[in-house]
Amino acid sequence: MGALAVCLHDVVFAYGRGRARQRPVLDIPSLEIAPGERFFLHGPSGCGKTTLLGLIAGVLLPQAGSIAIFGQALGALSPSARDRLRGAEMGYIFQGFNLIPYLSVRQNIALPCEVHAARRQRLGTTSITAEVERLAAALGLLPLLDQSVTELSTGQQQRVAIARATIGRPGLIVADEPTSALDTDRREQFLALLFELCENAGSTLLFVSHDRSLAGRFSRELALPVINRAASVREGLP
Amino acid sequence: MLVLLRLAVRSLRSRLLTTSLTVFSIALSVLLLVGIDRLRSGAQQGFAGTVSGVDLVVGARSGPLPLLLSSVFHIGDGANDISFETYAHFRDHPAVAWTIPFSMGDSHRGYRVVGTDENFYKHYSYRGGHAIRFTAGRQPGALFDCVLGSDVAERLRYGLGSRLVLAHGLESVSLMNHADKPFTVSGILARTSTPVDRAIYISLLGVEAMHVDWSDGTPPALGEAIPAAHIDPKQLHVDQISAFLVRTRTRISTLPLQREINTYEPEPLTAAIPALTLAELWHLVGYADSALSLVSAAALVIGLLSMVAILYTTLNERRREIAILRALGLSARQVLQLLILETTFISLAGTLLGFAGAYSLLVLARSPVEQRFGIPLLLGSPSPLILGFGCGIVLLGAILGSLPALQAYRNSLADGLSVR
Ligand SMILES: Nc1ncnc2c1ncn2[C@@H]1O[C@H](COP(=O)(O)OP(=O)(O)O)[C@@H](O)[C@H]1O
Ligand SMILES: [Mg+2]
Repeated sequence: MGALAVCLHDVVFAYGRGRARQRPVLDIPSLEIAPGERFFLHGPSGCGKTTLLGLIAGVLLPQAGSIAIFGQALGALSPSARDRLRGAEMGYIFQGFNLIPYLSVRQNIALPCEVHAARRQRLGTTSITAEVERLAAALGLLPLLDQSVTELSTGQQQRVAIARATIGRPGLIVADEPTSALDTDRREQFLALLFELCENAGSTLLFVSHDRSLAGRFSRELALPVINRAASVREGLP
Repeated sequence: MLVLLRLAVRSLRSRLLTTSLTVFSIALSVLLLVGIDRLRSGAQQGFAGTVSGVDLVVGARSGPLPLLLSSVFHIGDGANDISFETYAHFRDHPAVAWTIPFSMGDSHRGYRVVGTDENFYKHYSYRGGHAIRFTAGRQPGALFDCVLGSDVAERLRYGLGSRLVLAHGLESVSLMNHADKPFTVSGILARTSTPVDRAIYISLLGVEAMHVDWSDGTPPALGEAIPAAHIDPKQLHVDQISAFLVRTRTRISTLPLQREINTYEPEPLTAAIPALTLAELWHLVGYADSALSLVSAAALVIGLLSMVAILYTTLNERRREIAILRALGLSARQVLQLLILETTFISLAGTLLGFAGAYSLLVLARSPVEQRFGIPLLLGSPSPLILGFGCGIVLLGAILGSLPALQAYRNSLADGLSVR
């Protein structure tokens, strides 16, 4: 894949529509992430990290500027095409409560392959069940596969989220503060597993956190406030 | 779409209790509506079919409704009697094809005793031309013979040859019995699901014979009673009857004949057209029926609204779930579809369950209701109105469900992937 995994230019975003439009949260001249990078984006709470991920995922649309994912300009795609691109090329991990409560662990992990043909096709001849079990084994989740997700500990839930994000080898894994709810030991274990599975899947990793101490394990780090020119957010900085 | 369907089912299954409660409450009100609908059409057919082929019901001057009720439905006390001469006059009227006389006033253990003649067995018909049939025996031949309606025979366990003592008056507990003149069952009628089943038929002369030694409604004094064996039928003659049914030779003569009867000089009479009077009666019953329908419709709306309320309250908990689904690549529209699918499922399940429940109840209640109330519950397909209603409920469920769904849709567009 020759294109950049993520490529942003002159992106401005503000919440609210029309008269209810608020002051911009983001104003980013440029952000480029190459395929295969382990990218660490940090910044204090409320600086717009989650908002930026929403833009990259194509769930939010910028008022100005362009965003391209693996060479596909999001602005040029129809809403449903953006949804398809997200489902096919992105695995998303939230801070917590990542799982659909009424599905079992197995069903949660398999869901992206059921929603998106592209994810399923990348499994090749492997069946969804086999792939779910392979990932579960790698993450130490095998005995939990048929449990209800509400019975899992936070650490276990986050590992299920890794499995669900990486199944079907999406090009980009986006993780939004996935370790904030974990204690230090679990954090290390989580990061190790996340790196391993991203490696196996050949996915680019975009990892977001307010906790800079994690930065050392990544190939590149960036503070969002440094590239963000939005006044509303800058005011709050020291 | 298949994924959405599976998600909707699993989501509902995870909230089994609330889901089944809402389904149940919707089912219950649908059951009521369908049940009322079936009862109504059954009752309507039962009412309208009680007597057919009769153009006029004639009795002493009173309202058409009381006349019809007392002569055909055996409800209420009849008004005065009419003289036999008057009856004979109209029986032999050139416009009249046949008549059926009724003479009432006695009963047996709560069942009415009706004096009539052979025209009843020959001409009386119900529900579009079903004639009176015997399951056993034949018309009264002797003076003290009687014929039982099927209910009477069944309930009181009488058979051919049973002897019964008739009571004077219509009260079920009568102090004045015609104990000295018992009647013998000569025939039993087949079930008609009309008031005929609940009556005992004797001959007009039988009525006279029973009362031969009575004067002005009081029993004979001691020693004045005339034993049954001493009564000579040839010396009996019928003085009065209570009412009679008329079939005209041609339909067009019905109205002139009605006018002629209503203005008959020698005696004040009322002639009613059964079909019109039945319609009037039905109109009265119709009020109760619409009130019931209204109540169950209200119950239905409550059921649907509670479903929507539940959806609204869970909406906040589900913001998270919706953000996850969006992150997995579901479009906002698919999220909308998912939520609408859930409410549609609930209302569909409730409606189907309600129809199924109503029909299984109908199967169970069919013969008891028919026997006790004479209402034939036909299992036929529900009226178009109620079918439309069923579809309407499912549609309404979908529409009402889309309100919170739309809210969720808007939330999800505004939230993006952040859930605050
Ligand atoms: N859905 C929303 N509507 C309006 N304002 C929002 C919304 N989500 C976030 N914001 C605002 O945007 C700013 C950035 O939020 P966010 O991207 O969540 O920051 P971070 O993830 O870095 O903590 C905050 O000031 C927040 O209040
Ligand atoms: Mg955030």
